[in-house]
Amino acid sequence: MKAIFTLILTVLMAFPSGAETIRLRAGQSIKEAVNNASDGDTLLLSSGLYQENEIIIRKPLTILGESFPIIDGRDKGNIFLVAGENIHFKGIKIINTGKSNMDDSAGIKFFDSKNCSVDNVQLENTFFGLHFSNSSNMTITNNHLVSTAEKEYQTGNGIHLWKCKDSHIEKNYVKGHRDGIYLEFVTNTVSQGNFIEENNRYGLHFMFSHDNSYIKNTFKKNGAGVAVMYTKNVLMKENIFEENEGPSSYGILLKDISDSEVVGNIFRKNTIGIYMEGSSRTIFKNNSFNNNGWALKLMASCDQNTFEANNFFANTFDISTNGSLVLNKLQENYWDKYEGYDLDKDKIGDIPYRPISLFSVIVEKIPSAVILWRSFMVTLLDRMEKVIPSITPENMIDNSPKMKPYDFGTTNP
Amino acid sequence: MFKLLKYSLYDIVKSRFAILYTIFMILVAVSIYQVSEDMSKVSLSLLNIMLMIVPLIAAVFATTHFFNNLEFTELMLAQPVKRRDVFLSQVLAVVIMLSAAIVIGFGIPMILWGADSTVLTLLGIGIALSVVFAGLAFLASVLTRDKAKAIGISLSFWIYFSLIYDGFVLYLIYSFADYPLEKTTLGLVFFNPVDLGRIIMLMQLDISALMGYTGAFFQNFFGSAKGILLSSAMMLLWMLWPLGVAMRVFRKKDF
Repeated sequence: MKAIFTLILTVLMAFPSGAETIRLRAGQSIKEAVNNASDGDTLLLSSGLYQENEIIIRKPLTILGESFPIIDGRDKGNIFLVAGENIHFKGIKIINTGKSNMDDSAGIKFFDSKNCSVDNVQLENTFFGLHFSNSSNMTITNNHLVSTAEKEYQTGNGIHLWKCKDSHIEKNYVKGHRDGIYLEFVTNTVSQGNFIEENNRYGLHFMFSHDNSYIKNTFKKNGAGVAVMYTKNVLMKENIFEENEGPSSYGILLKDISDSEVVGNIFRKNTIGIYMEGSSRTIFKNNSFNNNGWALKLMASCDQNTFEANNFFANTFDISTNGSLVLNKLQENYWDKYEGYDLDKDKIGDIPYRPISLFSVIVEKIPSAVILWRSFMVTLLDRMEKVIPSITPENMIDNSPKMKPYDFGTTNP
Repeated sequence: MFKLLKYSLYDIVKSRFAILYTIFMILVAVSIYQVSEDMSKVSLSLLNIMLMIVPLIAAVFATTHFFNNLEFTELMLAQPVKRRDVFLSQVLAVVIMLSAAIVIGFGIPMILWGADSTVLTLLGIGIALSVVFAGLAFLASVLTRDKAKAIGISLSFWIYFSLIYDGFVLYLIYSFADYPLEKTTLGLVFFNPVDLGRIIMLMQLDISALMGYTGAFFQNFFGSAKGILLSSAMMLLWMLWPLGVAMRVFRKKDF
């Protein structure tokens, strides 16, 4: 029985080997070619201009471009609509989709698909770039997405996944969209080595997306940084969050994130490095916080989080909070503002460090007081508070501050 | 005028205080550069010196200088020279000496270890604050006959501007926390030269924190051409008015 089954399978497997490569010249209809192609064929697009939109693909096909043929949607609707398995895009350039929130116009839009890939595709001036819904095993690699919209409502998300799983988003570049990468109800997905900058809203935005990892991505100068919500079991490793500056901008905003790990990331020159609300049981380890306005804003609604072995350098304020309740743990971090001593030479300061200064409490309550920062009086108040703490939360304390910074092997300290 | 200035300057240099002050500045700058490796940390440490020590020394030195030279001044007033020239020569001598001490004191380490625009701004602020506090000290001196009293007044100017005024502003902000206070605090800053200098520096040092909700308002103001113009104009006004008033009093003063 098993042998027969294997035989049938082999025959079936052998069958599509008759797949052809169909070559298209510039200006020829892709739609027609798709309709005439049989399963498993490859459409090879010669370089040039193809003016087409709403190309619907429902069978296994490979769309391959020769030195980036341009597919111009002429500002109308979607360009590719895909629903199927084993459909691959490679080496093409897609420009000018429609600009509509009604149908979420996209460069390539996948529905209910499986085992598809988009590799080395350039998208310019698309509303949504790559849009996936209810799909699995997607591979999204080496794509270059640039939108030039000035306002948030004029553009959609770069890489948008809704209700997808087991996918791979790697080495993409996204600029100028609303959200760089947007994930909702996405599970078991890895985002790695992406460079996301100057998007109008968030660099990375995910909600209800459990068990995902984000590794070695860079999020730079996005409108409001990175915001992630209502998710558990997330791994964020060795990402760089930098230069997210503005009144409502965060390196990363964590809202209701639990059981996650934030390890080895660099937060540089953000107004707020990490803003946390309602998050629990998350471990922050080996991160560097450099030159941020506030390295951490840890709201009192967070509990059982651990901050261990992080470096804090040259931040205006290390930590601020909004209440007196502290249910989180700080240990063995390096604080450049620590002024203690180490008599027993175990490289851990003998007196605890309190990362919240009196003035940061005041600024949290009355933001306009920030104008007095670094004045003699404020320095004096902070000193007094350090000697006799009365207003700052008593439990926000690192009992084992490191004397020397950790070397995480990153280029910038 | 120039002759008078020359003698006053000669006198100051001879008093040894000028040399001590310069050496002190060099020592401070060298030690700061030695301790911190990062430019922004250097400017942070220097900021405290510039905002606290420099005004204090300017105030005390200008007052003592005025009274130590009182006999020389009286002698000059007996000569056929303008009172204005006598006064200006004294003021200029003090200002030149204080500025020179800062420029030499910080300049040499900067040439050795490098500087950036932040540190240079800081130098400018240090010089401006020296002028402001020298002016206030001269004002205190011409208003009194007693050296001790004049030093007392100069010191209270210093304490007021570097400590009490900020306390007052903080109290105000605290009491009226429910109201939008951005414009008020911005206005209040203009009435204190030390705050003005400090905020010009904040704009360069703590840019990230100032991009926060309220900070953005200050950032927008001080970052714009209008803001820069207005704050420099205000600083200039602070440098000029105490001296102007002091000169007026000096011209009519009965020694």
